[in-house]
Amino acid sequence: MEDIRDIVLEYVIEEYLEDEDEELTYNTPLISGGIVDSFSMVSLKRFLETKYKISIPDEKASPEAFDTVNSITELVKEYVK
Amino acid sequence: MSNIGSYEERLKNFDWSIAEKELGYEEGDKLNIGWYCSDRICEMGKKDKIALYWEGHSGKERKFTFDEIRIDSNKIGAFLRSLGIKAEDRVCLFMDKIPELYIGFLGVLKIGAIAQPLFSAFGDESLHVRLDNAKTTAILTQRKHVGKVRRLLAKSPYLKHIIIVDHDGKKPLKDREISFDMENYEAPKDFEIHQTTAESPSVLHYTSGTTGQPKGVKHVHYSIISQYLTAKWVLDLQPDDIYWCTADPGWVTGTSYGIIGPWSQGITQCVLDVGFSAENWYKFIEKNQVTVWYSAPTAIRSLMKAGEKVVQKFDLTSLRHLASVGEPLNAEAVVWSEKVYGHPFLDTYWQTETGSMMLTNFPGMKIKPGSMGKPFPGITATVVDTKTFEPITEPSKIGLIAFKPGWPAMMRTYWENEETYKSKFKNGWYLPGDRAYIDQDGYFWFVGRDDDVINTGGHLVSPFEVESALLEHEAVAESAVVSKPDEVNMEVVKAFVTIKPGYEINDMLELKIMNFIRKKLSPLAMPQEIEYVDNLPKTRSGKIMRRLLHAKEWGEEIGDTSTLEDDE
Repeated sequence: MEDIRDIVLEYVIEEYLEDEDEELTYNTPLISGGIVDSFSMVSLKRFLETKYKISIPDEKASPEAFDTVNSITELVKEYVK
Repeated sequence: MSNIGSYEERLKNFDWSIAEKELGYEEGDKLNIGWYCSDRICEMGKKDKIALYWEGHSGKERKFTFDEIRIDSNKIGAFLRSLGIKAEDRVCLFMDKIPELYIGFLGVLKIGAIAQPLFSAFGDESLHVRLDNAKTTAILTQRKHVGKVRRLLAKSPYLKHIIIVDHDGKKPLKDREISFDMENYEAPKDFEIHQTTAESPSVLHYTSGTTGQPKGVKHVHYSIISQYLTAKWVLDLQPDDIYWCTADPGWVTGTSYGIIGPWSQGITQCVLDVGFSAENWYKFIEKNQVTVWYSAPTAIRSLMKAGEKVVQKFDLTSLRHLASVGEPLNAEAVVWSEKVYGHPFLDTYWQTETGSMMLTNFPGMKIKPGSMGKPFPGITATVVDTKTFEPITEPSKIGLIAFKPGWPAMMRTYWENEETYKSKFKNGWYLPGDRAYIDQDGYFWFVGRDDDVINTGGHLVSPFEVESALLEHEAVAESAVVSKPDEVNMEVVKAFVTIKPGYEINDMLELKIMNFIRKKLSPLAMPQEIEYVDNLPKTRSGKIMRRLLHAKEWGEEIGDTSTLEDDE
């Protein structure tokens, strides 16, 4: 399996990063850093569910769980068989 | 003792001249909001008082005294003038919640130009239609947002200056771009504030309606009279308060009560420019010893969702007064906040067009959780019959909220759209478009919108705009957009679409359409759900029946379907 972290990182850069000069790492704050807002989290969650054929319960999709590529990766791993 | 004292006493012999006197304004005087919010406060001996504590990502902090915001707003004004920008030119502020936004707002007003704040999360199309409508001359923005501006340059010949407030010199500036460094720009020695008067235009905020493009709500400098007094009496701002308004100045709350209300009184305020998380917010309150907190139901419900345990990790005892705006505050949130913070969030009701608070719950007043409260003194409010527009005298009977025109912050028109402006008045009443009833004690209770506009997280989204944008997606043949219930945001956008032949319906297509709307309009307008249908319900004349789809989402009675062409 491709590294989930890299796929998520690439997707976030492509879809959400507006400032092309900004460097995004696995630990860059996405929600608290203003890169992904609470409304956009819905589309990011949908991407993860579609890509990995999983279902993430809404109560697990908290701003904290979506705040970095690393934390998102940990969340996805919980549901990927 | 609260500033308002007795509500009943204030109702007697109320006159807006109370605010005029406190602000030292007399009819016919020059009046400039930029001066009132900075120079005047300095002249009152508060030049060294902190006006703004700001915190951004990664704990970055900045702070400004009233004298510094006076000087920095002069710098911005002088810089704009050096570009040839003159009174009544429209200057857009398209930034995150950084100090340049707050101070830039005053700078624009000081030269008599019209401030046009726009939410920085707006996508290309949303930005373009608003700039195009206002024929905006200049835009103040950040490096991170300049890409959106560049993409619309070819179709925006009126936009002459793109001012980047954080240009770091790493990449060359492009066509029409210029850098402005507020900190290092030389302060003008003799800066003259433009001699605006009460009716000079000040702010242009855009709001969405059911049909047509967004409308530019035109306000004037005289709005400060009601913004000042409502901030004083409803938010109960007092000299030593540390005030936090969580709203973004891209929307009206962020300017009326995130800039003008507090600063016209010389109140210290703080701003947190990071995304929402309960922990970050509580940490910010604790660190800054926030005393008065003005927030929104969506945020409050998100805090409720985060639970009480996280509250206990922080010392929030500095809080003494909480208020809310944006959408109706549910009774549970009022009760919960009193239990958890020791103070209830008091709901306030107003909108972009009203410019200042209209119906509110006041300090010291008996609170009925879930109610919108009572009219601010000086505001004549009622509910009127939906057909005759006559006031309803029977308690608890539902009608349209109506206000007698004439308060200081009332919009003066919609930008170049006088016809729509006039349509908002019926039988001598201004109708904000919401339904409510008044109980036997005079409290107003919100029932719902009287149109199809979607209020998501306190922001209005036009179904028409989303439907039009959906049709621009290559796979979409037809679209209908309605609201659906949401636990946190009250309602969110839901789209029904029919797909063109040759496209396969699957999750990836749904995601692509969602992202298409997010980038074109805004994250708020992005459908949180897309339902594919074979046909959309239409009237015999071919008009899509949103009413039917809305009823389905909300579990309501469908009503008369006799005119339906095809009821699925």
